[in-house]
Amino acid sequence: MATNPMNQFEVYRIGPEIKLGSIDLSFTNASLFMVISSIAILVIFNLGSKKNSLIPNKMQLLAELSYTFVSKMISDTAGSKAKPYFAFIFSIFMFVLFCNMFGMIPYTFTVTSHIIVTFMLAAFIFIGVTIIGFIKHGLGYLKLFVPSGVPVVLLPLIVVIEIISYLSRPISLSVRLFANMMAGHTMMKVFGGFVISLGIIGGWLPLSFSVALTGLEILVAFLQAYVFAILTCIYLNDALNLHH
Amino acid sequence: MIRNIFFSQIPLSFLFLVETFAAESGGMPQLNPEFWISQIFWLTITFGFLYIILSKLILPKISANLETRKSQIMENIESAEKQRKDSEEKIKEYDKIIQDSRIQAKNYFNQAREKILKDISEKREILDKDLSEEINKAELEIQDLKNKSPEKITKIAIETSNDLIKQLIGVEVNNSSISAIVEDLSKRNKKEYHGN
Repeated sequence: MATNPMNQFEVYRIGPEIKLGSIDLSFTNASLFMVISSIAILVIFNLGSKKNSLIPNKMQLLAELSYTFVSKMISDTAGSKAKPYFAFIFSIFMFVLFCNMFGMIPYTFTVTSHIIVTFMLAAFIFIGVTIIGFIKHGLGYLKLFVPSGVPVVLLPLIVVIEIISYLSRPISLSVRLFANMMAGHTMMKVFGGFVISLGIIGGWLPLSFSVALTGLEILVAFLQAYVFAILTCIYLNDALNLHH
Repeated sequence: MIRNIFFSQIPLSFLFLVETFAAESGGMPQLNPEFWISQIFWLTITFGFLYIILSKLILPKISANLETRKSQIMENIESAEKQRKDSEEKIKEYDKIIQDSRIQAKNYFNQAREKILKDISEKREILDKDLSEEINKAELEIQDLKNKSPEKITKIAIETSNDLIKQLIGVEVNNSSISAIVEDLSKRNKKEYHGN
């Protein structure tokens, strides 16, 4: 076992090298866990939607509770106009949640601990939300950067700040998820290493820390997926219902 | 509140980041661009696949399931409500019937009682009348007998004493003298009787 706590984030090729021109599209361990997460989601929700009984079985209950959870989250934060984007937000939430949770199993790979993955998701959301905003409000969407009730003197400064905060949304969204996952997994690895190096006498303390951290990380895995989804809803709300 | 949690997490995350930067020696594999394109490619494929299947096949089914359950429950509640109303009406009807029949029974009872009482009083009157007639008749007879008895007794007494005298001494005694004696005796007896 590698002692470097960052080794768990190493991406390596599985199977043959796939090259499209000079671009490397090889199947890696990261790709493997993306596929596993997606298939797990599809299997669980397919089982949960197959049979429609008045009193749901366990799988159906799971699927329906997730459905109502996400749909309530969307209607609470973005209102009824966000209904057409329900499937996308549901997919985002489930994908991030399952990737995070699969990462909690020892010897697995955490897809969301890679900045490029989270940044791609965040950038897609950011671009999508911006396009939706311009389609819904035209150039009036730019009013988002001009808050009402601000003195004219302060307006240039406020507008600049608003634009910077808007543009930094994909970065904050992606870095939040990536940093949380990476930090948590690194901590667990470090404490795991302490258990080995301190041996049977001194290893109990870091072991108990490791156990506690596992619980915390499972919470964080859920919380970060929730945060990711709810921030998507909030950004979507800005685009759909222009408040400023 | 949620926003506060987010904002408090950002500096915390960076704290962890600094710690991990200090801990690691070989650099972060995340910043190695070797597999970036591959990851973007596979992310697009898997997430796109997931999104399409979820949005086209699975989520509509779950939503339909939820809708049918909701409508079914609503229907059940409605029919239960209807049945409750029906049964309440039936109970009212039933109560009314019972009330009516109770009143009717009371009426019948009262009528029957009145009739019976009337009958009884009529019959009693007739009976009373008959009885008083009989009593009167009997009293008259008794009175008659009473009136006649002293004469008869005297007569019998006279005849008996006449016969006795005839048997004892064989003398025919005048009826009038005997009757005078008998009358005298009976008067004396009467006096004694009344005197007592």
